[in-house]
Order: sequence, then C-alpha cells, then structure tokens
Amino acid sequence: MARHIVARTSDIPPGGNKVFGVEGRDIVVFHVNGEFFALLNRCPHEGAPLAKAACVARLTSPEPGVYQRSRVGELLRCPWHGWEFDMRNGQSWFDPQRVKVRSYPVAVESGGELQKGPYVAETFPVHVEDSYVIIET
Amino acid sequence: MSDVIDRPILGEQVAAQSRLRIIDCDVHPSIHAHADIEQFMPKGWQEHLRTYGSHLRTPYIGTTPYPRSSPLIARRDAWPPTGGPPGSDLDFMRKQHLDPLDIEYGILQVLDLFIFSQQNLEFGAAIQRAINDWQLAFWSDREPRLKASILAGQDDTEFAIAEIERCAKIGRYVQINVCPRANEPLGRRRYWPIYARAQELGLPLGIHVGGYGGHAPTGSGWPSYYVEEHQSNAHTMAAQLKSLVLEGVPERFPNLKIVFIEGGFGWIPSATWRMDRHFEAFRSEVPHLKRRPSEYVKEHFWFTTQPIDEPDEAKHLRSLIEWVGVDRLLFSSDYPHWDFDDPRYAFKTPLTETERRKIFNGNARALYKL
Ligand code: FES
Repeated sequence: MARHIVARTSDIPPGGNKVFGVEGRDIVVFHVNGEFFALLNRCPHEGAPLAKAACVARLTSPEPGVYQRSRVGELLRCPWHGWEFDMRNGQSWFDPQRVKVRSYPVAVESGGELQKGPYVAETFPVHVEDSYVIIET
Repeated sequence: MSDVIDRPILGEQVAAQSRLRIIDCDVHPSIHAHADIEQFMPKGWQEHLRTYGSHLRTPYIGTTPYPRSSPLIARRDAWPPTGGPPGSDLDFMRKQHLDPLDIEYGILQVLDLFIFSQQNLEFGAAIQRAINDWQLAFWSDREPRLKASILAGQDDTEFAIAEIERCAKIGRYVQINVCPRANEPLGRRRYWPIYARAQELGLPLGIHVGGYGGHAPTGSGWPSYYVEEHQSNAHTMAAQLKSLVLEGVPERFPNLKIVFIEGGFGWIPSATWRMDRHFEAFRSEVPHLKRRPSEYVKEHFWFTTQPIDEPDEAKHLRSLIEWVGVDRLLFSSDYPHWDFDDPRYAFKTPLTETERRKIFNGNARALYKL
C-alpha cells in the first residue's frame, strides 16, 4: 500500500474538500467534524465529480411526516442525480433492490432503517500524522 | 470501486464510439443578465417585466417552483465561474459540455421566464419574440454548434403563426417548439394551423416537458412532492401523444414530424400497445383514423432519451429500445440540469455500432437536416 502525503490538515477547511491527483487518479479529501475522508472523485453512477457534491445529513423517517437528521455533513449527495454515499465507506444508500452487486467487502455502520444500495464509491484510508493528511492507495 | 455493478458498463462501448460525434437534442441555455433579454423587447414590455413580472397559474403561492432538487434544477458543478445561472455562460458550456463530450450539434431548449406559461398572452408573445432573437444573438451566432428553436406559445395561435413566419424568414431555426401544458390537449383543432405551418416549412414540432399550465399534471390533481411531479412529466407526454394521434393530427398532416423532448421513452410501448388494442374495439368512434395508432407513432414521432430508464436488468432497457424503435430515439443530455445524462455512461446496455450511430447522431441529423 502506497502512502501519499497530500496536504496539511489546515489546507482543507472544516466542511470543505480538496482534490489531489494521486497515481493518475483524482482523489477528493473531505474534512468533516474534525475527520478526513478520501474518495475517488467520480460518482459510480455516471461519473460526476464528487468534489461538487453537497455534504448533507442522513435523513430518516420512522413514519410519514416525521423526519430525523443524523451524521450531519457525512453523507455525500452527488452533484448530478443526487444519489447519496456514506463518506466513511463509499456505500450508497440509493435504491437497495435494483441492481445486483458483485460481492465487495465493505465495513458498514449499523444499518438503521435503510438498506444499503447497490453502488459503492471508491474510498481510501486517510491518516492525519503531525497535521499532514496521508492517503493510502 | 466504480465497477462493482453487475451489468455492462462502458469500457468497450467508450472505445467503440471513439469518433462518434454526438448530436445533443436538449441543451438548456439561460439568460445571464436581464439586460441581455430586455434589449430585444420594446420599452413598454421591459417596464411590464420589471413592474409585474410573470403572471402564472401555478398553485405554489408566492414562489417560483424552483429550486426543485438543487438550485435552479441544475447540476451542482454547472455554476459558471463568471456568475449567473447554470447554462448562461457560453465559454463555460463549451468547456464543460460541448468540447469534452464531442458534441457536434446541440439543440437549444429555452425554459427561462416560463415563456409558455404566461397568462398575459401579449406579454408572453413579447418574451417569446425576445427569446427567439436572443437565442441567435447570444448562442447560435457565437457558436455554430448550437441550433435554435422557434418558441411559439400555442394558446395564442395567431401570434404563434406570426412568430413562426418571422423566424422562418430568418431561416436559422431547426424546430418549432410548443408546450405540453397548453389550455387544451394538443390534438385539438384550435392548434392545427400551427401544425399546418410546421408541415409546410418542413420544421419538426418540438414538445419539451414542463411549463405551468392551469391544469394539474396528473389526473387527480397536484402532486405533493417534487419526486411525484417529476414522474408526471411522462404522464403528461403520454396524454399528449394519445391526443395527437387519436384526434388525427398525423393523419391530417402526413409530413409533420413531432419530437417529444425530456419525457423519456419507457412509457411509449405500453401507451401504443393499449391504443392499438382499444382501436380494434373502438374503431367506429374514430373513423378518421385510417391506420393503427402505433403506425402513426412509428412514422411521425421521435423521442429524446433523457431521463433514461435504468431497469434492474440491462436486457430490459435493450428490449425497450427495440420496442420503441432505434430509429425513433434521439440522444439528449438535458445539460445543465440535475438529471443530466452523460452520453458515455447513460446507456447501461450494450448497443451495436449501427445503433449507436443512429441514436447519438444519425436520427437527429436526418430529422433536423443538419
Ligand atoms: S452521476 Fe452521481 S448520481 Fe448520477
């Protein structure tokens, strides 16, 4: 696994993101609530740049008319068709039953009310060492 | 990883289409600054626009219907660096859309100012005229890849004809656009003079979804959610297809070509199957039809592809394309709107090289005489 030191932590303001060219790929690093997350800058649906995604909350509803927000800023909403991806692991929360997914190992947080969708945005481990952001590819 | 989906994506198709230039039948330009459009309006109407603005029949009190999913229904990456709304900066459109996607021609579809939904028909006519001039001055004149459509709101038929004549004389427009949200279904006779003129001029009639008419877009009233309203685009188009066919428009105007824009195409097979089946039983109610409804659909109508359907299994999209007819489909992106289709990735089913050529280029080239 190659380690790439891409930025100082202060280079990416809270709530912001920055794109880095790493080994010929564009990788976008988000800074959310003190944590850093790295994903391939390309939506697995039709290829939109995820750097332009909205960072939104997880919105769930136990019944019509009742809305609950959680994990504020940790969900990516694709700039084109609005599919949502979990920044932590790239898991899509879009349309669970529709498409068969080849088995793909992903660490998933507790499933909650929603089922996982078929798509996964590619993520990379990120470390912060001495205030540098390091991506592993 | 982006290729975890168990269905054919891309790799080979992208390579195969390498030199296939694309004709995009639905590109939305926007007005960058109000002054751009005002220069094409007489002083009186400029003042009217500033003083009264639009008078529409939407049920959404005190609002325009935007943002709708994302501000100005746009892709979040489509806001030009020069300011102004998405679709309003030609250089940025070239850089983000026309150049990288190798667009040979883009057909312009203007939605600004709710042109077709203005209840004040004279004001509506003034802004249609202005927009038609602006399309040439700001887009087609500066970028030969972009082709303009004559916007002609059909509820003032007389004005529509006059505007069609005026623009046809200029000779640079490739299509006449009317709206699916008119006061009456599009097959009704009050609109026939427009169809007659379109046929004589050899210009296709374009019908782009949207507009805010006085009728709810569903048979049971106004939808509660945008996600619900977005579905109703297809119902509206289906209703208009049936009206045009069953009232006898293609029978009466055998050389008229009609293009349904941004309604998708998944609903067409069942709509035409059902029309055919009922035609067998109710033939005597519509004796002016000489042929089965599906035959009119196959010969007189074209459909742009966006928003493309994405069934569970790729082979179902494939069947859909065959049922509608490879000759009937025109690729469209809907740039810069949020439900944009990228020509490289939107068709998640394999197409042969011949099919690709037709859908992405050949059909539109022949239809619009490009
Ligand atoms: S490209 Fe991301 S949702 Fe379609």
